[in-house]
Amino acid sequence: MMNHLYELLKIVLASPYTLPVIYGIVIVAVLPLVAGYVVLVERKVMADMQARLGPMRVGPHGLLQPIADAVKLLLKEDIIPEKADVWIFWLAPIVSMTAGMLALAPVGIGPAFQIAKDIDVGILFIAGISSLGIFGIVLGGWASNSHYSLMGALRSAAQLVSYETAAGMALVSGLLLGGSLQIRTLVEEQAKQGVWFVALAPIAFFIYLVASIAETNRAPFDLPEAESELVAGYMTEYSGFRWSLYFLAEYANMMVVGSVATTIFLGGWLRPFSSVGGAAGRAIDTVPGALLLGVAAYCLYRAPKQPVTVQKLVMVAVAGLCAAVAAALLAPVFVAQALWMKPAIHGAFWFLLKVGGYIYLFMWLRFTLPRYRFDQLMRLGWYFLIPVSIVNVMGIGIALVLHWERGMHLALALGLTTLMTLVVAGFLVRAELKREEQLRQAATGDAYAG
Amino acid sequence: MAETTQNGAGPAGGGSVQQTLLGADELILNMGPQHPSTHGVLRVKLKLDGERVAGSECVIGYLHRGVEKIAEHRTYQQFAPYVDRMDYVAAVSNGLGYCETVEKLMGVEAPPRAKVIRTLLTELQRIASHLLWLATHALDIGALTPLFYCFREREEILKILEKYCGARLTTHAFRIGGLQYDAYDTLEKDVERFCADFLKRIEEYEDLLTGNRIWLGRTRGVGVLSAEDAIAMGVTGPVLRASGVQWDIRKAMPYAAYDQFEFDIPVGKNGDTFDRYVVRMEEMRQSVRICRQAIEKIPAGPILAKVGKVLKPPVGEVYHAIEAPKGELGYYIVSDGTVQPYRVRIRPPSFINLQAFDKMARGHLVADVVAIIGTLDIVLGEVDR
Amino acid sequence: MPLDNALVQRYRARFGEAVREAAEDRKQAILLIDRERLEEIARYTRDEEKFNLLSDLTAVDWPKREKRFDIVLNLYSFAHNSRLRLKVHAGEGESVASVSAIWPTANWMEREVYDMFGITFAGHPDLKRILLPDEWQGFPLRKDYDILQQDQAWVKENLGIESGQ
Repeated sequence: MMNHLYELLKIVLASPYTLPVIYGIVIVAVLPLVAGYVVLVERKVMADMQARLGPMRVGPHGLLQPIADAVKLLLKEDIIPEKADVWIFWLAPIVSMTAGMLALAPVGIGPAFQIAKDIDVGILFIAGISSLGIFGIVLGGWASNSHYSLMGALRSAAQLVSYETAAGMALVSGLLLGGSLQIRTLVEEQAKQGVWFVALAPIAFFIYLVASIAETNRAPFDLPEAESELVAGYMTEYSGFRWSLYFLAEYANMMVVGSVATTIFLGGWLRPFSSVGGAAGRAIDTVPGALLLGVAAYCLYRAPKQPVTVQKLVMVAVAGLCAAVAAALLAPVFVAQALWMKPAIHGAFWFLLKVGGYIYLFMWLRFTLPRYRFDQLMRLGWYFLIPVSIVNVMGIGIALVLHWERGMHLALALGLTTLMTLVVAGFLVRAELKREEQLRQAATGDAYAG
Repeated sequence: MAETTQNGAGPAGGGSVQQTLLGADELILNMGPQHPSTHGVLRVKLKLDGERVAGSECVIGYLHRGVEKIAEHRTYQQFAPYVDRMDYVAAVSNGLGYCETVEKLMGVEAPPRAKVIRTLLTELQRIASHLLWLATHALDIGALTPLFYCFREREEILKILEKYCGARLTTHAFRIGGLQYDAYDTLEKDVERFCADFLKRIEEYEDLLTGNRIWLGRTRGVGVLSAEDAIAMGVTGPVLRASGVQWDIRKAMPYAAYDQFEFDIPVGKNGDTFDRYVVRMEEMRQSVRICRQAIEKIPAGPILAKVGKVLKPPVGEVYHAIEAPKGELGYYIVSDGTVQPYRVRIRPPSFINLQAFDKMARGHLVADVVAIIGTLDIVLGEVDR
Repeated sequence: MPLDNALVQRYRARFGEAVREAAEDRKQAILLIDRERLEEIARYTRDEEKFNLLSDLTAVDWPKREKRFDIVLNLYSFAHNSRLRLKVHAGEGESVASVSAIWPTANWMEREVYDMFGITFAGHPDLKRILLPDEWQGFPLRKDYDILQQDQAWVKENLGIESGQ
């Protein structure tokens, strides 16, 4: 009996599917927790920008807030609107959530952590699965059998579809530079060329940034969810657990979009100046560990100042955790035997740092800018972003041809085509401003007959 | 759903939306009394033609408390706290209007010291009211952050009011004939510190909003009201001034101590939402200017005129209006010689301004409706009384 | 006290007997005019005398008088920076001409007067209650409506409670 089990275990462990399945389970189990903590970070960042403190009560400095929220949402009454289509009502958030999670499969958090180990069509897979998330929104709006929800869902779907094109074109620019759809190859190309693609294709990065904000329904493109207009759009009739699925899907999408941007434009898991070796390289390599040690030291410093014993202990625990991670980060740099860990751990750190920075940018924009009205949003997508992204792709194509065929220096070629794209963008902006001016003249000059 | 073909829309505020035949593309959208952006219990029935507003009807009265009826059963002093509850965002102004009207009815005048302190507090209250307006208006349009910044400043003003009279919101700060409480000893210092700080803060709000392309796109050309329409609809206050009519009761028919101070009246050009925003921002700056002059000029002297405990104004009537933050706040009081007023009529600026909503909203998108309600700066307590 | 300045003389010259009384109270001019000629006089007031802002339109109830209601219009002229009050007496059941065609702002003001006093305005585009529910019975600001009185039937039917008064 024991022998049979042992044999079974050996087969399972040897199978190439084991690790991905484990990763998959970990992601499904851990992602909601991580998304919950990203929500906490958002609330704290929001509070910081609004001159206040944010959640402080649940756990020390609000650290247990996501757990409290999760418990609350799970225990809430499950309300289904009277004439709602029950099966679709049940299915819609699941579709959204699944699409979000599935899109994280090919994402390489570091060279070692990747569930769908290096599929050939990595980026295409992610883009495709993300588009499936739109189904979840439309089905949700329809199934709610409410007029507000339907309007919100349709708007959201229209917005997502419009900005998909621009986002895709922006990604294509990066893919042209990288030469492959494979995630690993893209990052390695950036390592080989010694420069992150954001420096080679800044306009593409900017377009992707704007389009990805619209993709994830974040402000300033969050009219479909705007409280003041349509209550909560397609999410209006969802409460409790179902709502939390939608909410998590939104944050999962943010992470996906951040990961894609990081992989293609920001060098993936490469550390800054990855081609620099020697002493300077080692100096940069100690930065992650040093940062975390600093955080640990700060937590230890603040621990005695906490009012309650439990909070003191938690602070010390957090400090300990940071110190442990710092040790894991510093070990490969200073201890030769641990060098094999370096790509995995350091890569993961840098990747997460960049994704975190990208998401911080999302949050920053959310709390600074007012909301676009829906027609202005669609205009921006179709009349500005798509033309500029198309011109950008053409430009990069031309630059690459010039570089490979004519031997022109890559930076020069790209510089020229970036300039060309900026000129085109300038024309579009001017035309838009003129049109707005005309509209305003018409509005103010004409007393609308009523 | 509709039977008659009579279109109820008259020259002013939309007629009954339900009585018109609905066309094929038309839809009635109800922004119910419970809605995050109607600033209180306001119900707006929008008739939409596709995405555009073809007509609207405001249903009000959810906050009607019968204040005018109550006034007939209270003495003049007993009624004073009730007026705070109308425009509860700017209670001090309401109190000023009422006390001055009764003083006119009685034929007494508040002493100079009282007048200057009244002016100072009223201008602080104007700033507070505009701050709340900006906070909620920006929030409706999607800017989440000015809300907290504006409330931070409003907090300072409310602290000053609390030190002065004990209450933050419904202050009952003034008495008929003057003031009950004299200026507390650090009032001038507090106000000066606030003014110095506040001018910097207005720059912060302007930084976030005024030049922002999205803000401009959401407010320029939205809710346009021409000067003729504004006067015809009886609209007053910043809405009228943004439409180009330079009229402010503080300058046209000065009351309290306004004739002693120098200040400008900001005027807009186009009468759109952006102009109303600019006018109110500038009004806040001018209020700071008045406050600074006021704290220099507080004369010594008594704070309450000799009016006695029992007020029996001679028979007659008077209409007196002040420039409240929302517009012309008028009181028409009829006295029959007894201790209780015979009739108190309050002319609420928000009620009259809300009439113009229909005209302003026609032809705009649903998303603009929220911006237009916000820019009118209504308080339902005043609309319904 | 009685008033006889240039303005009053112009009115008297134009409308004669329709101007029943011209008085001044607390330095504010009040003209009492004939109910039948309200619309004509209102138009004259807006166009010739330039009182283009109707600040307020309201009513006062004097139950002991034969014509119990006073309809009061408070007007303002931007051009002359002055105020004027026009008053009209109306009895129970008599309707008053609506001035909403002259000053559109009177629309809601007249609805409120109708709501609170029960005075009908002829020619008003949409005369129905504004502050109280449409089906409410009774006119609260009349002096014979007690302060504690409510429309018991409406409260019971719509709010499902016994009226607290």
